[in-house]
Amino acid sequence: MKKTYINKFWAVAAVCTLALGTLSCGDDDGEMTPETSTTYVQEDQMGRPAINTVFVSADQKDNFNTTVPSAQGAAFQSAFQAKLLALNPDYTTNLLTFSAAAFTGALATDVLSVSLDGTTTFYDGTNVLTGRALADDVITVELILIFGGPDATEKPGLTDDNVSANDKAFLSTFPYLATPW
Amino acid sequence: MKRKAVITLGSLALIATVYLFAADHIDAPGVASTSSDITDFYAFQSPETSSNVVFVANLQGLLSPSASASANFDENVMIEFNIDNTGDAIEDLVIQCTFKDGKVYVYGPMSPTRTGLTSSIVSSMTATATANITAYGANATVGTSGAMKVFAGPRDDPFFMDFAQYGEIIAGNATSFNSPGSDTFAGTNVMSVVVEVPKSTVGGSGTINTWVTSNRKQ
Repeated sequence: MKKTYINKFWAVAAVCTLALGTLSCGDDDGEMTPETSTTYVQEDQMGRPAINTVFVSADQKDNFNTTVPSAQGAAFQSAFQAKLLALNPDYTTNLLTFSAAAFTGALATDVLSVSLDGTTTFYDGTNVLTGRALADDVITVELILIFGGPDATEKPGLTDDNVSANDKAFLSTFPYLATPW
Repeated sequence: MKRKAVITLGSLALIATVYLFAADHIDAPGVASTSSDITDFYAFQSPETSSNVVFVANLQGLLSPSASASANFDENVMIEFNIDNTGDAIEDLVIQCTFKDGKVYVYGPMSPTRTGLTSSIVSSMTATATANITAYGANATVGTSGAMKVFAGPRDDPFFMDFAQYGEIIAGNATSFNSPGSDTFAGTNVMSVVVEVPKSTVGGSGTINTWVTSNRKQ
């Protein structure tokens, strides 16, 4: 046990030495200060609302949560497209003029884009995906994009869950979320 | 024999619990009903200060009021807000939140010591801001550090959706939503972490890509 540890130590030290001068080694930019660090490993992840819930199959949900966003597109786009066409076999394009491939390509990399220059909203009729505010009816937006077709008029029974606001008013001051029930 | 009966009852209770929480923002089996289950993520311009941006992570969904009174943040779970400034979906900045002895500690925004599925908090780092975790039923306690603000504690779940009817549609038992719909998340709470920072600390202008992760101490 101890021997294995020592071997590992020297193996790491050897790699560090090789890397010296060209690459930083370890997590502290090559500095050799005797600093301790606490390590954490990712369990759950989220960018946009309901992506994992809607587009990822049951056996892949944990995998999706532990795939870094930069690798999600390659790993999940085709499965997302199959899921989209299973949900809506009549899908052609949507209100954003996205083809099935383009739409699922955008969704599979599950990050939320946020504007630092003004209005932040999932969709307010003018601004598209500039953030996510508490009051945004994100589910209806997503339903419109999945089921509504190019002009948002297709399948009206599926494009609005008819729950359009929270059950408690949000606060105008920090922390903005309403007090608990 | 008696012991076996007790174990069986215990198993049934466990199964019932898992079933009840299966709707839990209904994410993935590995984290459902655990202290690391993220239910929602929000990022928006501060309603109070337009030069600030607000990040919200909600955890542990569908808490009843009585369950909320005893709900806690897990001291072994670190919540990390990730910020990509360069459009490659790799974090350039992180805001890390840990919980200990009734307090939330917020580190950053700062360059991560490493990117990807493993994160570190280095011992020499000092928290940028802290706050006492707000107890259920108490007024919100807000920690500040310069223009930065932090809150952690139970809140009403801001998410709203007729998830039950969506489930019926997906299962083939219904062909449309009801009007009016019924908010499956009405009357339920979450454990929230809210961090507000100056926009200048996360890129200043333009568009950033953001996401939140929960991470367990090794």
